[in-house]
Amino acid sequence: MKCEMCKKKDATVHLTEVINEKVSKLHLCEDCAKEKSEEMHAHFGLTDLLAGLMEFDAAIQEGATGEDVGVKCPSCGMTYFDFQKSGRLGCGNCYEIFSKELGELLVKIHGSNKHVGKMPFKGKEVVREQEKLQDLKNNLKALVQAEEFEKAALLRDTIKEIEDKLEGKTSSDDQNVTG
Amino acid sequence: MRLDDLIVKRSEWLRGEGPESSIAMSTRVRVARNLKGRLYFSRANKKEREETLNILFAGVKKSSFFKDALFLKVREISDTDKQFLVERHLMSREHAEDIASKGLVIEEKEIASILLNEEDHIRLQVIESGFNVLEAWKAVDNIDTDLSKHMQFDFSNKFGYLTSCPTNTGTGLRASVMLHLSALAMTSQIDGVFDAISKLGLTMRGFYGEGTEAIGDFYQISNQVALGYSEEDILDNLERIIKKIISRERETRINFLRIKKFEIEDRIQRSYGTLRSAKIITSSETIKLLSAIRLGIDLGIIKDVDIKKINEVLLLTQPAHLQKVAGKEIPPYERDIKRSDFIREKLGVA
Repeated sequence: MKCEMCKKKDATVHLTEVINEKVSKLHLCEDCAKEKSEEMHAHFGLTDLLAGLMEFDAAIQEGATGEDVGVKCPSCGMTYFDFQKSGRLGCGNCYEIFSKELGELLVKIHGSNKHVGKMPFKGKEVVREQEKLQDLKNNLKALVQAEEFEKAALLRDTIKEIEDKLEGKTSSDDQNVTG
Repeated sequence: MRLDDLIVKRSEWLRGEGPESSIAMSTRVRVARNLKGRLYFSRANKKEREETLNILFAGVKKSSFFKDALFLKVREISDTDKQFLVERHLMSREHAEDIASKGLVIEEKEIASILLNEEDHIRLQVIESGFNVLEAWKAVDNIDTDLSKHMQFDFSNKFGYLTSCPTNTGTGLRASVMLHLSALAMTSQIDGVFDAISKLGLTMRGFYGEGTEAIGDFYQISNQVALGYSEEDILDNLERIIKKIISRERETRINFLRIKKFEIEDRIQRSYGTLRSAKIITSSETIKLLSAIRLGIDLGIIKDVDIKKINEVLLLTQPAHLQKVAGKEIPPYERDIKRSDFIREKLGVA
């Protein structure tokens, strides 16, 4: 079989491309395959795939100004537009700042945006407390709605206590890391 | 331990043992982690990257798993050594290319290694011989837990482990199994496999060669989904699908032997003959021929070498390994001669 690109040398490399679940085959010689592979790397990377998932806002894509682009991550200075271009986030805080957009993107990539797996040793406790805190806050809302103010006041004190404890814990953890 | 010590040692994944080792060569499991409060590599400037690298080195050194490990700065590694590490699966190509502020830690037994300041601050990986997903995960899990006692990782209650690329967010987990799928490739069933697994949250790529090129019918299958499932569920899904692929490959091999005995024997014996008598041989031809011989051993057609030796030759005939074994730089053409010499010696041809 001859190479489908140069039609001269024997095809020794058999490429299978999967685009939008469509499979196409290409039989190439080694030189053309190398060229093709470089071309594919140059034209079609993960960034393109991600960009496809992100459904560009036309206004952002065409002639957007700094202000239009919106929020900047205060820790690393990244905008969501920057992320759409590079496909890479700048820091952990980006997840906080672009929580809504990323939440949607993660569903498109993984089919979910809620982690259910392992937690790190450090911070495990904090996460558990945070979860508990969220539950209590929901309860508080319900109590206020039901006009059970006495119970609500007690619950509010408990919440305050956990919040104080959490603040102390996070900052002491931070010290451990830098120290 | 020094880098050159690796050449006399044999990578664990070359053992040619472990479950399903005639079809599954090796299993690799890696997790991506970042340090809390530090910019990710692509966003950090030179100074910040260098600081991060120092924090990472200091953190890893505290872990008992890396007591006798090799700690390397990528910029201090020679070009041949970098390629050597890539061939050995201890470093990604990307990590070997952009070398500023990048680090590498190789655990003494060469089972676990960590890329520092890659796309993520930490890429911890474990490679095991054969089809051994859970074993490899257990090892990664233990080391990761230990590392998280010495460093604080970026973790969100909602999204899990935070990574530079959102395709890794959540568990940061990627497990890959390298499969030798000769029979499925010969019968063009491989396209069906491609098609099916992409619908099941997995990916597949040729192992040797760049990009989509596949030499010698070695394929690597990995999970793509990293979020919304526990590590165990992600690995279980991967394992179940790979089991099916392996049993399909096995059935096809057996059928082959029944229906096309002479054709298959001819192909394997010719490959063996070529490999034993060639005087000049390229790396990619070597991979193709070794692939046929590997199949021949499994089918009982070739009896005087074992899978372990073939795995070893497969690695040691790669360009950088060949030069490391020779102890000097060899230009490409001479390499092809040297390679054939080496193969004949290994296969016991006088």
